[in-house]
Amino acid sequence: MARKSTTQQVLVSTIGAWFFGFLIFFPILWMVLASFKTELEAFAIPPSFLFFHWTTENYATVQERSDYFHHALNSVIIAGGSTLIALLIAIPAAWSMAFSPTKRTKDILLWMLSTKMMPPVGVLVPIYLIFKNFGLLDSRIGLVFILCLGNLPIVIWMLFTYFKEIPRDILEAARMDGATIGRELVYVLTPMAIPGLASTMLLNLILAWNEAFWTLNLSTSEAAPLTTFIASYSSPEGLFWAKLSAASTLAIAPILVLGWFSQKQLVRGLTFGAVK
Amino acid sequence: MGQITLQGVQKSFGPVHIIKGADLEIADGSFVVFVGPSGCGKTTLLRLIAGLEDVSGGKILIDGKNVVDTPPAKRGLSMVFQSYALYPHMSVRGNIGFGLKMAGLSKDETNRKVEAAAATLNLTPYLDRKPRELSGGQRQRVAIGRAIVREPKAFLFDEPLSNLDAALRVQMRIEVTRLQKQLGTTAIYVTHDQVEAMTMADKIVVLNGGKIEQYGSPLDLYEKPANLFVAGFIGSPKMNFVTGENALQRGAATIGVRPEHLKIERDGAGGWQGTIAVAEHLGSDTFLYVDAGPVGMLTARYIGELSLHAGDHVSLLPDPARIHRFDQSGNALRH
Repeated sequence: MARKSTTQQVLVSTIGAWFFGFLIFFPILWMVLASFKTELEAFAIPPSFLFFHWTTENYATVQERSDYFHHALNSVIIAGGSTLIALLIAIPAAWSMAFSPTKRTKDILLWMLSTKMMPPVGVLVPIYLIFKNFGLLDSRIGLVFILCLGNLPIVIWMLFTYFKEIPRDILEAARMDGATIGRELVYVLTPMAIPGLASTMLLNLILAWNEAFWTLNLSTSEAAPLTTFIASYSSPEGLFWAKLSAASTLAIAPILVLGWFSQKQLVRGLTFGAVK
Repeated sequence: MGQITLQGVQKSFGPVHIIKGADLEIADGSFVVFVGPSGCGKTTLLRLIAGLEDVSGGKILIDGKNVVDTPPAKRGLSMVFQSYALYPHMSVRGNIGFGLKMAGLSKDETNRKVEAAAATLNLTPYLDRKPRELSGGQRQRVAIGRAIVREPKAFLFDEPLSNLDAALRVQMRIEVTRLQKQLGTTAIYVTHDQVEAMTMADKIVVLNGGKIEQYGSPLDLYEKPANLFVAGFIGSPKMNFVTGENALQRGAATIGVRPEHLKIERDGAGGWQGTIAVAEHLGSDTFLYVDAGPVGMLTARYIGELSLHAGDHVSLLPDPARIHRFDQSGNALRH
């Protein structure tokens, strides 16, 4: 028998959901609000929520002091580049593990994941030295490389689970229908894997965009992405809440917008109804 | 033409021998059913013929040509999968026409053939729907459409009806049989359901443990089972087996009598005496499960209604002409 929920239950759970949703969103809202305050108001106790003197001067100062677009471009190149390369490596890797597994496949997957269990700081010194020797410090190529390697295990794991979901029978049906491996890829596999590929790509973009440990340690100005740009506002000169908030708002805005627009495509499943 | 010959076909996965040397001759246009318990290798044998698995030894000839090194699509066979395996992102039209598109047929030609196939299968109103918008029976029909549109040398069916409910299964069983007769294309059909095998097949291959136990027409298998396995597998309810004194008297290690070949006598004196443990009244048939003491449990079938109940005493008389005799190793003894 299907469970019926009363209007009251719906009301309570709706209010609950909105409450927790707001709770999770609050830090971001607070940051955005703080970015429109003066430094003095940003520190004020008790804090003012909406009724303060709204100003955009922080944004102007931030752009004036450090070139936002330079850092944003670096972020796009580093996050985009590392994601692209990671996908190029991960797709064939996940594909072969999902569709022609050996008895070692599980071990390989676990081994890949195990590299994420070590704190990155453990290898900071050797990586730093390698970067120094190869002249990769403060270079975009170096950061693309390190972020790609860092996220590769997660990308492979995600794609592996998506590919595993694609029923083998469908691939065999395509083979019986005379599709070569290439056509099987283009006409059958890729269209079916698009939701998986898209969500993996987006997640990896977000991870790479927000990655701060390596970007802060391996770049200073030339290749510095938005994370370094934010960090420069919690500086030895003291804390500038309002400017820091303005910088952070600017830094997360692009990825937030991207996530907002793509969420619908990501959730939609395509394989429903294919089997059974 | 679609004559398929297997010569000593073997398949092993690592040290496990799945198919231990299969020899088979499938005539053009015939409907052959592979039947056996799960794990007997029937699906593997079908996949070997399809080319989805490589043989470990032996030859597969299609119209006299050895195809063991030929890729699946070049063998000119088409397959219907248990899970339907439709392309979820394509419409019914796209699904049925995919093979033709891969073969490089023109759009017009493809459309014409797809529409003809759809008409045969009553799918015309659904041509522009996606698989997820179809019922189970309709999806199965699309899968069949995808198979017939390519005009293959043979159809391979891998338990295609096992996901359908009982009523629909019977209906589709008839449709598939009729379609095959109408097209005259060779068909190989895998099932674990012996009723499906008996009703659909021109010839049945009974498989067990990777070996072909018997190959013959349904009635051949019913009347002259080659061994204990086939005798027990074909026919429902199962054949009764009796060992010991009763078998030795007839010069066999085991004798078998089908439930329908036992004459039931109320309080009779001859034959095998026993007490009814369970009586099933189906109206059309009556099944009696009789505890016959030292002889063992026996099943008897009576056509029509017989008013006997649990606890009643009966004697069961085997029809002497219908007693099957088997030797020590389980092979049938012929007179």
